Amino acid sequence: MSDHNYVPSSKLGKWFNDRLPLLSLSAHLREYPTPKNLNYWWTFGGILTFCLMAQIITGIVLAMHYVAHADLAFDSVEHIMRDVNYGWLIRYFHANGSSMFFLAVYIHIFRSIYYGSYKSPREVIWIIGMIIYFLMMMTAFMGYVLPWGQMSFWAATVITNLFSAVPFIGESITNWLWGGFAVDSPTLTRFYALHYLFPFLILGLVILHIWALHIPGNNNPIGIDVKKPSKDTVPFHPYIVIKDLFALLIFLILFAFFVFYAPNLLGHPDNYIEANPLVTPTHIVPEWYLLPFYAILRSVPDKLLGVIAMFASIFVLVILPWLDTSKIRSAVFRPMYRQFYWILIIDVFLLGYMGAMPAEGTYLLIARVATSYYFIHFLIILPILGRKEKTIPLPLSIAEPVLEDAEKKEFNN
Amino acid sequence: MSDQKKPKRRDFLFTASYAIGAVGVGAAVWPLVDQMNPDSSVKALASTEVDVSSVEAGKSITVLWRGKPVFIKRRTQEEIAEARAVKLEDLKHPEKDEDRAKNPEWLVMLGVCTHLGCVPLSDKGDYNGWFCPCHGSHYDTSGRIRKGPAPTNMEIPKYEFVNDNTIKIG
Repeated sequence: MSDHNYVPSSKLGKWFNDRLPLLSLSAHLREYPTPKNLNYWWTFGGILTFCLMAQIITGIVLAMHYVAHADLAFDSVEHIMRDVNYGWLIRYFHANGSSMFFLAVYIHIFRSIYYGSYKSPREVIWIIGMIIYFLMMMTAFMGYVLPWGQMSFWAATVITNLFSAVPFIGESITNWLWGGFAVDSPTLTRFYALHYLFPFLILGLVILHIWALHIPGNNNPIGIDVKKPSKDTVPFHPYIVIKDLFALLIFLILFAFFVFYAPNLLGHPDNYIEANPLVTPTHIVPEWYLLPFYAILRSVPDKLLGVIAMFASIFVLVILPWLDTSKIRSAVFRPMYRQFYWILIIDVFLLGYMGAMPAEGTYLLIARVATSYYFIHFLIILPILGRKEKTIPLPLSIAEPVLEDAEKKEFNN
Repeated sequence: MSDQKKPKRRDFLFTASYAIGAVGVGAAVWPLVDQMNPDSSVKALASTEVDVSSVEAGKSITVLWRGKPVFIKRRTQEEIAEARAVKLEDLKHPEKDEDRAKNPEWLVMLGVCTHLGCVPLSDKGDYNGWFCPCHGSHYDTSGRIRKGPAPTNMEIPKYEFVNDNTIKIG
């Protein structure tokens, strides 16, 4: 990378850059060599950065009007919706923003899984990403509690009660989390404090995520290393910047559709009823982005094992770089893996659907099969497949498949 | 690389310093952890007195105690008989009804499902007791878990009859 040679053109720039090399950093980001075969599935990193910043900005604004107290929280949210100038817009943007954030992060994760972006030398990028994903789930959950509606209250009750499954000290942990003997005002205030903090932790991890990415550089759809930077890459600016911006615009159309035309489609009507500790809504369901995990939790008939299975389903993702034994990154050259990939996608959608349905009868049976398959995919199929699979030969370079014969010869020499 | 070294005075000083440092850090962190535990004002709401004179046989009322619902059920003779007829070996969490309801007519228990804390619905489920809508746990007329993911019976809080019409919970 050429940033070490960068010299600012102005005298002032040079003076500053010698003391704090921000201009060198900026030059590195602009010139960062990016594989030229990246497709649109690679634009979600930029989209996610937008989502995080949008959530932080709208969140800080909402915090100026919201009151974190059990007696006032619900009314203060209605106050934001009815009285605060553009409050409805900012709140709907923030609430739907979390769904859009998760939509983008799921596409980003499944892109990595398809193209093997988690494999050597990018394991640390992947693990940081998984920590970000876990923090996102915690942040979203705590944010969902803040409006203090019925779904907020009972989501908080059910999720914090997961910890009561811990043998011996479970009750002490839940009382510690609640600051009382049930979810109440002390719980709300601490969730508010942490909901404000976590996005900044995520921001810090995003910086590490990008830093770790810039060491080996991007993976790409054919999953082979860059051979000749001059032939295989383009500078990040303007090529990738413009492409990312175009993708972001398309994404924002969907985002705007939800905010302006269907702002409550992804929410639950029960959350417009103020929290009532005496009545549990008849059918409590988490937000759509947590449904597969919820289905795994419910498909195990034992409380402790159910909680363990749910956390294990995230942990298998963390150790994915070591479960997948194949040296070939991209699914493009792994015909068998490609089929198992799509079966996994169907399995996750199925789990999501079962998480939204009541846990009984056929639904429960299907959820159990889907849960078993989820773990079989990661713990049995992937390790074996990497050793047995007959893969398709890789191209010599990123540029090779599209080069003329004459240039190909040059490469072979 | 290195031969067996005898611990020197310097090694002792390092170890002692780390140990003292760890104690100091622990002492500084504990208040930050403990502040999240239930505070004095929460603990002060330890007991509630309830007038149950208006509850008819077969009906129940729900009161809030320490932020949790408490079911106070005045059971009918059939419900008592049903609860007492159950064999202990049929129970996931074996408890005699006699031990759960000292005064058989009155069942006082936390209306909190022991699975994940939802409030079960009364007079529902396969055992004529309670049914939790969240994850499908069935409880009998003694509030004992019979079917579903909940691990234990619904909890009996500490309570006493102050007089014939008043129950003090806590």
